[in-house]
Amino acid sequence: MISSDWLLSSEPASRRQAAWGRRYQAWLAFRRNPLAVAGLAVALAMLLMAVFAPLLATHDPGAQNLANRLQPPSAAHWFGTDELGRDVWTRILYGARITLGMVVAVVLLVAPVGLLVGCAAGYAGGWLDRILMRVTDVFLAFPRLILALAFVAAMKPGVESAVAAIALTAWPPYARLARAETLRIRDADFIAAVRMAGASPWRIVLRHVAPVCIPSLIVRVTLDMSSIILTAAGLGFLGLGAQPPLPEWGTMIATARRFILDQWWVPVIPGIAIFLASLSFNLLGDGLRDVLDPKQR
Amino acid sequence: MRLKALGATLVTVPITLFGLVLVTFLIGRVVPIDPVLAIVGDRAPQEVVERARLELGLDRPLIEQFLRFVVQIASGDLGRSVMTANPVTQDIARFFPATFELATVAIILASLVGVPLGVLAAVRQGGWLDQSVRLFCLAGHSLPVFVLGLLSLLLFYAKLGWAPGPGRQGIAYEDMVDVRTGVLTVDALLAGDWGAFWDALAHLAQPAGVLAFFSLAYIARMARAFMLAELSSEYVTTARAKGLSETRIIWRHAFRNIAVPLVTVLVLTYAGLLEGAVLTETIFSWPGLGQYLTVSLLNADMNAVLGATLVVGLIYVVLNLFADLLYRLLDPRVR
Repeated sequence: MISSDWLLSSEPASRRQAAWGRRYQAWLAFRRNPLAVAGLAVALAMLLMAVFAPLLATHDPGAQNLANRLQPPSAAHWFGTDELGRDVWTRILYGARITLGMVVAVVLLVAPVGLLVGCAAGYAGGWLDRILMRVTDVFLAFPRLILALAFVAAMKPGVESAVAAIALTAWPPYARLARAETLRIRDADFIAAVRMAGASPWRIVLRHVAPVCIPSLIVRVTLDMSSIILTAAGLGFLGLGAQPPLPEWGTMIATARRFILDQWWVPVIPGIAIFLASLSFNLLGDGLRDVLDPKQR
Repeated sequence: MRLKALGATLVTVPITLFGLVLVTFLIGRVVPIDPVLAIVGDRAPQEVVERARLELGLDRPLIEQFLRFVVQIASGDLGRSVMTANPVTQDIARFFPATFELATVAIILASLVGVPLGVLAAVRQGGWLDQSVRLFCLAGHSLPVFVLGLLSLLLFYAKLGWAPGPGRQGIAYEDMVDVRTGVLTVDALLAGDWGAFWDALAHLAQPAGVLAFFSLAYIARMARAFMLAELSSEYVTTARAKGLSETRIIWRHAFRNIAVPLVTVLVLTYAGLLEGAVLTETIFSWPGLGQYLTVSLLNADMNAVLGATLVVGLIYVVLNLFADLLYRLLDPRVR
């Protein structure tokens, strides 16, 4: 039923047809960028790996075998074994769950907050705007990792505090972005029309202003995912994120770094995993920016 | 007009600083580690605990505690580190020069490579050089700095033997040079000890190179963007029509115009290097502020953590302000 003719029709018969047509055109534009498609493919592959980790794993992620430690990659252990004889391939798979889980948790916490704060500040203006923007200034005044470090120190090292700390440092740029977008459309005719129809400020912000901000926010979130991955791995590496024996990639590097000179693959393989995950979101975000947010180029 | 804008910028600085102190204070108060027990130990009798609590002012209302905290910081007192038993300010003064040395050499390396790379990419827009620079930038953004550090140790130290191992000095030169500035290369030069100077430089090369790579991508991308904007402007067309050589147009005409925003970018990147320094210093056992911060963190030494966080935040704010002022000062168009 859904043909490309129906999607590309220049006279859509319904709002639904118009919306899907627009999405399809965005997809066509996105598809022309091979690097972005590669990014999407890798990101999806990682997601599938994380979801189906128990099916794809060849061993138990916690099973130790001290007789078989620090083995190079082989048919039995595709990525070799670590200092306790655990299978690295299996741990990388389960690590994808932790890393991607942290990314999703941070984004779910941060994106709505940033969007709401930014839209409210931009739409209301005045003292509310000034206060909220000063608050973002304060959070932007710390380097991200340092603030996250101080927060984790105040709580207990672990996945939850790492997520909370990263979330705390991640929302201000979203708020800034949403505010800038809101200021751009605040005085547009369609907003004035809704206001005249008697819509409450909350309704205007939630139903009419926020949706317009979403495309640029999606671009920003995708690009930010790579920096969330790096911060999470950095916290893990410093011993302040996920704690061993959890197979978080940064934590795996931290425990294996003393083998860098002799059994170098043990710390390098999780490093490659972090690099690929982060690169895929960067490529994806770069491609999305060209499609969704052409004015930022 | 110009003064008004400047005034607006300057007014936000104290507010930001106030927020900085407030956030640091609040982090310090939500710690599950009881600051009293951290000092007297968990076997102290009840009256010792009570006395310490009173001495620390922890029985007062939160707002009063905060005011005391502000007064204390304003007088330059960041408390005592539990770990080193020294005042935190003294510790920071001792560890900071190493980070300063590392970050400064890194930013010099990064600009020397990144700026020409970005400019050339813009000049050959769409060509293979531009594509490679773009890919290189994306890769640079995606590689964790600690993985790069480990790979660099593996390659240059273990396999090739070109670089000395982690640390700031070889054993032979340890404590041989009088500390004057704390910047080891400068101290060695002041003492006229060339052996120590080359040793310090050799130890610096690897961490500084890794840290430079971290910011290289951003500098190159910004240089490219600025240059592209300049090259499409009319004065460049005029210069071309006059028959000036392409090299002269790029470096004598366009580059002068992108120099100002570039300097701003460099200052901001320099501030951002503080962050990369935390991870780089851990990998290379570099005794700087970053390592001080992480070691204090792992030992739950909250005075040291908060002091270091506050100092880093302060440097960050000051450098941001400096970049802003520099931009206004150097670029007549913003006046």
